Amino acid sequence: MSEVEFDTAGVVKNFMYVNRKAPYGTIYALEVLEAVLISAAFEQNAAIVFVDDGVYQIKKDQDTTAINMKNFSPTYGIIEMEKEDAEEDEDMDMVWRIIVEKESMEARGLTPDDFKVEVEVLSSDELAKVMAEQEVVISG
Amino acid sequence: MAYEIDGKSFESDEEGYLIDLSAWNEQLADLIAKDEEIDMTDEHWEVVNFLREYYNEYQIAPAVRVLVKAIKKKFGKDKGSNKYLYELFPYGPAKQACKIAGLPKPTGCV
Repeated sequence: MSEVEFDTAGVVKNFMYVNRKAPYGTIYALEVLEAVLISAAFEQNAAIVFVDDGVYQIKKDQDTTAINMKNFSPTYGIIEMEKEDAEEDEDMDMVWRIIVEKESMEARGLTPDDFKVEVEVLSSDELAKVMAEQEVVISG
Repeated sequence: MAYEIDGKSFESDEEGYLIDLSAWNEQLADLIAKDEEIDMTDEHWEVVNFLREYYNEYQIAPAVRVLVKAIKKKFGKDKGSNKYLYELFPYGPAKQACKIAGLPKPTGCV
């Protein structure tokens, strides 16, 4: 049997995930989170963005007992871990950013301290520029 | 389906994944491992315990890639490979080790 050679270098693209909806009530937040984790498995670049009610997805101290749903907010910790790993690991070129839109955050009376993960706060104009640099934008 | 220890019954789904996460104990892990034809060694426990810690913190099981990386970081370079994990858990590290750790079947399970 001949040896099969795989090209492991692969293609790396810039992905942006735009989270716009509250964490519960629809499936969008959870589905986007799953997609983000898959993107990590393929070591793709990712900008994970939270705008509008999406900023609530990474709010600290979520309690879902009253709506009888699983609190999946601890899973966002993986995004932060992946980001740190990518920064530490010299063999890995993956670039991850966690971005919150300033206007959405302020309109809801939130500050960066209210989030479970460390975030970059960008204004709507700055965010638009980052968005223009992406090759793939997935919104939910 | 269910596992029985000393007359006590622990419910599982049709594939043998434990229904009640909090019911897990090491004796139960040994029993599930036996069903999977795995002899639990210290190396197996390292992986199983890591999975439980990870699940506790993030509420999902890690992707295989994450598992490999984390094991490498924690237990040394010679253990940080797919091959090593597959030697311990021949039918897939995530699938079998999660089952033994009493965690739900990983989504997009490899």
